[in-house]
Amino acid sequence: MNEDIIITEDLTKKFGSFIACDKISFSVKKGEIFGFLGANGAGKTTAIRMLCGLILPTSGKAAIGGFDIYKDTEKIKLNIGYMSQKFSLYEDLTVKENIQFYGGIYRLSPKDIKERSKQLIGELGLESSENSLIKSLPLGWRQKLAFSIAIQHEPKIVFLDEPTSGVDPVTRRQFWDLIYKAAGRGISVFVTTHYMDEAEYCGRVSMMVAGKIEAMGTPKELKSRFNSGSMYEVFLHLARGAK
Amino acid sequence: MNSIEIKNIYKSYKDAKALENISFEVKKGEIFGLIGPDGAGKTTLFRILTTLLLKDSGSASVEGFDVEKDYKAIRNIIGYMPGRFSLYQDLTVEENLKFFATIFDTSIEDNYELIKDIYVQIEPFRKRKAGQLSGGMKQKLALCCALIHQPKVLFLDEPTTGVDPVSRHEFWEMLKKLKDKGITILVSTPYMDEASLCDRIALIQSGRIMHIDTLDNIVSAFPGNLYAVKSGNMIALNFDLKDFSGISSSYIFGEYIHISLKKDNDENMIMEFLKMKGHSDIEISKLQPGIEDCFMELMNNPENR
Repeated sequence: MNEDIIITEDLTKKFGSFIACDKISFSVKKGEIFGFLGANGAGKTTAIRMLCGLILPTSGKAAIGGFDIYKDTEKIKLNIGYMSQKFSLYEDLTVKENIQFYGGIYRLSPKDIKERSKQLIGELGLESSENSLIKSLPLGWRQKLAFSIAIQHEPKIVFLDEPTSGVDPVTRRQFWDLIYKAAGRGISVFVTTHYMDEAEYCGRVSMMVAGKIEAMGTPKELKSRFNSGSMYEVFLHLARGAK
Repeated sequence: MNSIEIKNIYKSYKDAKALENISFEVKKGEIFGLIGPDGAGKTTLFRILTTLLLKDSGSASVEGFDVEKDYKAIRNIIGYMPGRFSLYQDLTVEENLKFFATIFDTSIEDNYELIKDIYVQIEPFRKRKAGQLSGGMKQKLALCCALIHQPKVLFLDEPTTGVDPVSRHEFWEMLKKLKDKGITILVSTPYMDEASLCDRIALIQSGRIMHIDTLDNIVSAFPGNLYAVKSGNMIALNFDLKDFSGISSSYIFGEYIHISLKKDNDENMIMEFLKMKGHSDIEISKLQPGIEDCFMELMNNPENR
């Protein structure tokens, strides 16, 4: 379990004179749950877009699953999973159609798609809704389904951008059960959240402030380093320090 | 004296019941929180109260004005900040504010006192287009625009969703100051921790209100015994606890797992069970429930399904 799935070194992105990401360096191991925290505007989205191969860095190095983020962006896209709160599934397609669509995008064979689709629907207990349109499902169900779809091609890593925003507290925890199961079978999880209790569920957490990673470690290490009782206090301490 | 009165409101969209028999009052000068996840019906209720949507049945009034008959009067005395950012992205900060002031036949100068504390934070960017502001700044501008005509009642639909914990904290500080100026505030949020900042709260789920009270009363009404549990292997602990029959609920909560014990079960039985499962460094301690424990308990109550 010691393989690095993400490795970055001095990764930097400038937009004109504005430095959105300023020499960020970190690594994420196979099967690790890595929490990527920071205030609004700290540069998290820019970093995620680089790591997913959507925009090129200005300078620095990074590899995702062994693929270079300058040269191998197309290979990166095939080997990662991605979901966000804002967009995850097509609302006017059914549950089954969304699974098939994403399976196709990730180049799974029709046979694999059929098998996984059955397995995934069974695991989530969605048998009676497999032909329902996504827009008719409650948000919590959509998010659980979106996560399962984002990892149906067994990527090396899945990027989750605020996956539980606005989700009810019971479903939020069921969602984390799914994350633990995925990590348990070796998928690395890279997750952003504004719920500080969720920061505690991560193996390690990084805290981004004004484009830089100001602190990184296990939740326990960070709490003791900043003499805080909770990750919320750690966050306040670091983000306030920046102002 | 009540600022908002809602009686037996129902609203459906085709077959989907968005609101079922909603009734409550908000007192003048109160901060009242509607707490619940997406899809609970919060926005539908806001749109009915701000006269933008017609209810199917029931009655509602704001400052004594009926939401249907007196809609024009209501529009003049309320400020509304919708969930989705709805200012003009191509106008600057200053232009947006001026626009809203003009609509209400007033000026920025006449109302500057009320918005001053908030506006000074975005004033350095007054020539910037609203679309180019960061999330926290957009939120402050939207609040200024909702306040520019000195409303009696503020409707804030999820003003802190997607906003980081520091900006959320600052936003609530601003709301407290507005309350001190006598403005009634109805605010919705999916963040349970914000309940402690409201005078009273309604917990809402699937179009129904599960409970209305002060935070203290809701917390003290929690049934059963709650414990916080921890061990050396939290991932295994989470799955193991779900297999223990003496527990009525088990949820991860930050670095602990909160469990509710069924009658005739005690800490020792849990301890024995976890030792048998091979856990080490086990900690079990009795716990005061928080709002999120209460919300989940209510969600599991068959009456609320």
